[in-house]
Amino acid sequence: MSPPARARPLPRQERRTIVGESLAVGVATGAYGISFGAVGVAAGLSVLQTCALSLLVFTGASQFALVGVVAAGGVPLSGAMTAVLLGTRNTLYGLRMAPLLAFRGWRRVAAAHVLLDESTAMAINRGSTAAARLGFLTTGVAVFVLWNVATLGGALVGTTLGDPRAFGLDAAVGAAFLALLWPRLSDRRHRLVAVVAAGVALGLVPLTAAGVPVLAAGGVALLAGALDRTGAPD
Amino acid sequence: MWIAIVVAAAGCYALKLAGLSLPQRVLAHPVVERVADLVPVALLAALVAVQVWSQGSSLTVDARTAGLGFAVVALLLRAPFLVVVVGAAATAALLRLAV
Repeated sequence: MSPPARARPLPRQERRTIVGESLAVGVATGAYGISFGAVGVAAGLSVLQTCALSLLVFTGASQFALVGVVAAGGVPLSGAMTAVLLGTRNTLYGLRMAPLLAFRGWRRVAAAHVLLDESTAMAINRGSTAAARLGFLTTGVAVFVLWNVATLGGALVGTTLGDPRAFGLDAAVGAAFLALLWPRLSDRRHRLVAVVAAGVALGLVPLTAAGVPVLAAGGVALLAGALDRTGAPD
Repeated sequence: MWIAIVVAAAGCYALKLAGLSLPQRVLAHPVVERVADLVPVALLAALVAVQVWSQGSSLTVDARTAGLGFAVVALLLRAPFLVVVVGAAATAALLRLAV
């Protein structure tokens, strides 16, 4: 996508650096689409449904959440609600990115689909709109292409595996969630909320339908956010 | 299942577009910022717990706990995502093979 005429073109060296970094992140992230594909069919989704999630929902944690709830025996709609709740962090990224990217009209509508943890991370510290757009779009498109190809590959391999438990795929889902959570645990308040939320969810498992414990744990975040007066970290 | 996929897709896309479209002052509200900051932490922690220690409507400790243990060690050693996930699966699979 070409930058608008008013933006100064980027020096070639800077362009090359940004594209290189963005593609590296895209490849690394896209590759774990393999695990999503395999986990999706292990949860009982068809290959087509698993691929539809990667194409249309296209935000990893939400996709894992949906198939995780379904795999645990929850109704698909409570999985979808968990997925949407997890997607709220993309709104936060969007609010941070909007002034930097300055997309309008159809460009904004298209760019929204590749608004992710990774595309935000590769754009947020750039010095200019042109550099931010290049990092954002290169990362977003690279992740999109590779994530979807890898999902298809993982799903096709997954259908040939037989009993997913024999390959530990049920353990892979918990590990995937922990890996997504990990970078956020450096903050003490986050660790406290994580422990309380996990405890609330486990306490509700014997008492409620599958899918409800995770949604209820989201309430811990609402309560903690509303009651805490010390302010959010920057 | 397809309804859930469409709901999740529409919801997640709407949230992304809202982020790029809403006025900046939304972010200035401290409660909104704190809640938005904490929601992913709470949900991911709950998903880890439920995924590893529940079986239907009962709580269990099985090979998945060993898989999670591998994941913790791998994350402490700053291993990449794929190593964490595949290693956790392999740990659980090997343990099930052994017992």
